[in-house]
Amino acid sequence: MAEEKEKVEKGLKLADPIESSIDISTQEMIARSHKLGIETVFDRAVNMKPCNIGLQGICCKNCAMGPCRLPLPKGGIVGEDTRKGLCGATANTIAARNFARMVAAGAAAHSDHGRSVAEVFMAAAKKQTTAYKIKDTEKLIAVAPHLNVATTVEVDGKTLDRDIDEIAVEVAEKALNEWGKMEGELLYLKRAPKPLYEKWEKYGVKPRNIDREIVDIMHRTHMGVDQDYKNIVKQCSRASLADGWGGSMLATDLQDILFGTPSPLQSEANLGVMKKDHVNIIVHGHEPVLSEMIVAVAQSQEMIDYAKKNGAVGIQLSGICCTANEVLQRHGVPPAGNFLQQELAIITGACDAMVVDVQCVFQNLANVAKCFHTKLITTHPMAKMEQENVVHIQFDEHYALEDATRIVKMAIENFKNRKADVMIPPYKSPQIAGFSVESIKYHLGGTFRGTYYTLNDNIINGRIRGIAGVVGCNNARTKHNEHHITIIKELIKNDVIVLSTGCSAITAAIHGLLTPESAAVYCGPGLAEICETVGIPPVLHLGSCVDNSRILLAATEVVKAGGLGNDLCDLPAAGSAPEWMSEKAIAIGHYFVTSGVYTVFGGNLPMSGAPVFQKYLFEEMEKMYGGKWDVTADPIEHAHKMIAHIDKKRKELGIDKARERVLMDMADRQKLEA
Amino acid sequence: MSKLIAFAAIQGGYKVVSEVEGLYRNALQTYNADTKVEFPNTGYYLPVIYSLTGLKVTNLENLKKPLEFARGLLPPHVKSKNHLPYLGPLLDAGMAGIIAYEVKEAIRSVTHPDFYYPHEDPDIEAGKIWTGPADDIILRKRGVEFVDGSAPGFAAIVGAAPTPEIAKMIVEDYQKKNLYIFCAANHNGQTVIQQLIEAGVQVGWNTRIVPFGPDISSAVFALGFANRAAMAFGGVQPGDYKTILKYNKDRIFAFVNALGDIGTEWGVAAAGCVNWGFPTLADTDIPEILPTGICTYEHVVTNVKHDEMCQRSIEVRGLKVNVTEINIPCSFGPAFEGERVRGADLYAQCGGGKTQCTELVKMAQMNEIEDGKVIVDGPDVGDLKEGDTFPLGIYVQIAGREFQEDFEPIMERQIHHLINYIQGVMHIGQRDISWVRISKAAIDKGFTLKDIGVVLHAKFHQDFKKIVDKVQVTLFTKKDDVDKMTARARAEYQTRDARVDKMTDEDVETYYSCTLCQSFAPSHVCTVSPERTGLCGAYNWMDCRASFEINPTGPNQPIEKGECIDPKLGQWKGVNEFVQKASRGAVTHYNFYSMVTDPMTTCGCCECIAAMLPSCNGVMTVGRDYSGDTPCGMKFTTLAGVMGGGASSPGFVGHSKHNITQGKFILGDGGLLRMVWMPKMLKEELKDRIMARGAAMGVPDLYDKIADETVGITEEEIMPFLQEKGHPALSMDPIIG
Repeated sequence: MAEEKEKVEKGLKLADPIESSIDISTQEMIARSHKLGIETVFDRAVNMKPCNIGLQGICCKNCAMGPCRLPLPKGGIVGEDTRKGLCGATANTIAARNFARMVAAGAAAHSDHGRSVAEVFMAAAKKQTTAYKIKDTEKLIAVAPHLNVATTVEVDGKTLDRDIDEIAVEVAEKALNEWGKMEGELLYLKRAPKPLYEKWEKYGVKPRNIDREIVDIMHRTHMGVDQDYKNIVKQCSRASLADGWGGSMLATDLQDILFGTPSPLQSEANLGVMKKDHVNIIVHGHEPVLSEMIVAVAQSQEMIDYAKKNGAVGIQLSGICCTANEVLQRHGVPPAGNFLQQELAIITGACDAMVVDVQCVFQNLANVAKCFHTKLITTHPMAKMEQENVVHIQFDEHYALEDATRIVKMAIENFKNRKADVMIPPYKSPQIAGFSVESIKYHLGGTFRGTYYTLNDNIINGRIRGIAGVVGCNNARTKHNEHHITIIKELIKNDVIVLSTGCSAITAAIHGLLTPESAAVYCGPGLAEICETVGIPPVLHLGSCVDNSRILLAATEVVKAGGLGNDLCDLPAAGSAPEWMSEKAIAIGHYFVTSGVYTVFGGNLPMSGAPVFQKYLFEEMEKMYGGKWDVTADPIEHAHKMIAHIDKKRKELGIDKARERVLMDMADRQKLEA
Repeated sequence: MSKLIAFAAIQGGYKVVSEVEGLYRNALQTYNADTKVEFPNTGYYLPVIYSLTGLKVTNLENLKKPLEFARGLLPPHVKSKNHLPYLGPLLDAGMAGIIAYEVKEAIRSVTHPDFYYPHEDPDIEAGKIWTGPADDIILRKRGVEFVDGSAPGFAAIVGAAPTPEIAKMIVEDYQKKNLYIFCAANHNGQTVIQQLIEAGVQVGWNTRIVPFGPDISSAVFALGFANRAAMAFGGVQPGDYKTILKYNKDRIFAFVNALGDIGTEWGVAAAGCVNWGFPTLADTDIPEILPTGICTYEHVVTNVKHDEMCQRSIEVRGLKVNVTEINIPCSFGPAFEGERVRGADLYAQCGGGKTQCTELVKMAQMNEIEDGKVIVDGPDVGDLKEGDTFPLGIYVQIAGREFQEDFEPIMERQIHHLINYIQGVMHIGQRDISWVRISKAAIDKGFTLKDIGVVLHAKFHQDFKKIVDKVQVTLFTKKDDVDKMTARARAEYQTRDARVDKMTDEDVETYYSCTLCQSFAPSHVCTVSPERTGLCGAYNWMDCRASFEINPTGPNQPIEKGECIDPKLGQWKGVNEFVQKASRGAVTHYNFYSMVTDPMTTCGCCECIAAMLPSCNGVMTVGRDYSGDTPCGMKFTTLAGVMGGGASSPGFVGHSKHNITQGKFILGDGGLLRMVWMPKMLKEELKDRIMARGAAMGVPDLYDKIADETVGITEEEIMPFLQEKGHPALSMDPIIG
């Protein structure tokens, strides 16, 4: 037995730290993990190759007659494509069904996140909890009309402001109703530019409610139901819209109202934010509901004193993944790392507690935590781990402060259990984060003149070539952070301003691209001048992955501000997910495409085994919605595909030439529209 | 390096707001909180604060809120590394500074009530060179020039040029381009205004060089002027800051010239101006902000050479000024129209009671005259000694395929301002009571009488090219010739007047629209009929017709009046259709002859506003140059605020002075016999015409029955007077049915 085990371990190859990441702290921590004999995702990626059939998207395991695998013949398809599964499902059907189930899973993840926020929102609105309050009433009033909630009341013929609590309760009711209402369509769809809404209407993809579209996909992709890839894609569009313009957008809005709409702030990023002499608590996962409370508790004098009593200098809170982004955007809590750094944070030996909720949490964290004193605390009823060293403290929003206090105390008390071997890589980067649709508008002209037109004007005059949304995950099949950074740098070098969310934004922060100073170093002259004028970094951090809805709304604001067409697909803009790995990325990609955005994914999309289906996504969708999918493994090509699309749109808008200076005389002024 | 600008301007914001807070505390210790705070004769309170926030400041106590607002706008300071975005904060700090500056000036109105000399022109001899905030009379008078395009914009100059000569050069460049020049602030104690005075330039509203004040805070008066224009002419509601500022960006072509070193206090003011879309051009080497967006083009342009300042400024603001060069030795343009030739400056003069001076324009046959020919028949100014007088007859003959006799008086009316446009030459009056004064400065430059002919020839061609093919000018300077021409002219005047006065609305099938002011008042549409001249007083039916002939796609379009819907109130189908379309559906119909029932819309340009006085069963009217209270309870400026902006307001109507005595004036409501109150000044101005019209309506002593401010300024006060005089309105049917 003992011999056998040794053999297995010997056979395990180790990842080359330098080849695994472009981030030096990650490289150092991989080296440390090897020294300590702890296996990480980087090593596993070296040892386990991805399934080649799955990679092409043509493995069907939706019934027990299979799994049926339909690999492409060597040398490609000659003549008719005769591949089929036992039931006769074609490669197109199989790839489309697999794709659809990814959309469903992704949309479910975002939307369920949204639902739990909505539930907390309801509790806060009804004052059933003291921990949460309606914080941003301005945003509440701005959001209410989109949910058909009145913000004024008529009293004796006079229009008066409606009671804020009343508005909040109705917003909560209307919002929650979006998940399961039996009639109508999603209310937020009307926030899109009218031509886009009309396209959705024309192609029959307006979601009925959020949950139903996901259930619909699961039904439709069951054995022997929808066997027309175009019809499946149509449902993908509907479900993804229910995510982007539904669950995700509601999550963002309700979180902003509860916790505050982000505005720019200073912070730092990377493993170096952890402090050796502090109690280090890392929040990881996606929902801000618990982490907000942990921030509040960890900052309390009582807890700081308690930490000191337990031998620490203080409490250092940091984050991983989108929970990190949520607390960064609103409180400046620094991210300790992105998705692929989660194990490494524990390997520092300085993580006293890692608190996780849902999504993107490695089960291997438990194995790594076992090697240290780290308490790994799961908190969500739907997200537990089998390993016995994992502590489960189920979070209940009605006892939010108590639960958070228990967790923080547990971390503090664990400080003294640290072992001698602590190594925090001394690298961290400053960053400016905290952008939102509202704060960008403010910063484009202040309280009095704030408008997206300022941005448009500089797109029209060519200083800014276009807008890119670069978002998404890390993927251990790609050198950690490399594609994000290569693509972003190439875009900003070509005067394309970048809006970023999720792990991509953390990556940009780690590599110094979220500082205003980076503009002069990396940007083309036009974008550099704009960054200097507004005082912004060339990459704007817009938040977590549900906050991709902010990108949709920012783009809508750009359309509304005028001068750049009437629809999202008219904009000189493109989307990108360089190192995607999660099903959520597919849902996001699809709602961007269905909203008219050209969207390029890095690495691989699981559909190359079904070329007809792939062509439908890569070419045909553009004819309907103006947006389409694309994929490439080369980051420079990736960036230039986006730039080419931006240039195409500039040409269509007639802004590909230098703008003339129009001097107005009186006759010109008399022609001005009212 | 916008960052340096942001850093400095935000610091400036803190400095200015703190300073003004201190002044405010001190003022409260010295004066009661209810001490009145106001700028002279304005219905717009402290205009920047009122227009942007809707706050009506009337006493010291009220200044608290705007100051708190300014304090609240101040953003965090800009850090040296990893700073937060600063453009929005910079603009907010700028606005905080502007608001604080206006509060500072308001406090000054309490602590130093005589600091400014609130007139159109300063009193240089008395050392009163700063005129302070423009009152509403100036605003309306000058605002109209912005509306009709005779003033394309304004340059706000702060500081001082290196020398008086440079100051003069820059300012004259602007004058030649017809811009107003608003001056404020000093640079090391020196100001452009002092430099201009030293260089012998006339300053004041009349030469478009406005000496607002010696401090940077007085620059706020330029913004107050701009925002009042937006409210008065654009109909923008106070508090609607977005619209006000957008209006300024799109329609008020203003910019800042900073002459001298820019400290934080100027910096914050410049940042404030960017909120209006007004860029800053500086003669010093400081950082620039070139991207566009808040302003139409660049925001801050620096290191501008003095001889390029004017050209660069109008280009950066995106302004085109069409000026044709006229070949005379003096500068020429509207900016010189209001310039005076005072006794000490006078070289020679004609008219003005001393000699005869007459003007006449007559149509000629094409082969009768030679285009461009100017004949000076008699001695020229070169033959005169300093202080001489001489007779003058200006006889202009115009030929053109499209020219008509009806256009003669229109062309003749141009002579007044065109001669006035010559720098150093002053023209007063018209027809046979003209008066021309020529200054020594003009003579020094080489002015001769021939130049009057050159100007008239060039401008008639330029402004009326559609109807003018040939212009010949004869200048008679021998007494006999002048007397002969005067006799002929008087006969012409009589024929003309009779023709115009006899014209009635029934005589014509076509009225004319006037949308000249749509550049400022986008939804207002005037309709001009023979018996209802334009409410601005500038355009009668004849003018509109000529204007249409001259420019068929211009602001005066013919309206077929069509079927008459109501002859008494004056409503026509064709007019309604036109108005509905031109107002983009905002106004569906209106009556020409009633102010009670659906009256015509009113814009901020109107000369007078009539208001119903129900207790007197009559109406009153007030002209824009009367600043006192009126029996309707509102001053002119308040009335204009309520009425302007293209709304039809039953019970009120805007109209021209001339219209008061026209036959159809509110005839549907009873006509001129309803008039129970007018300001004395207006009444006297129209005395002859009121008497004539009264007689025509069967009340020959109507003039004596109309009350004025010497009788009273409330309905109760004037009622006994009306009863005593037996005013006809008292026995008419109730004015409201």
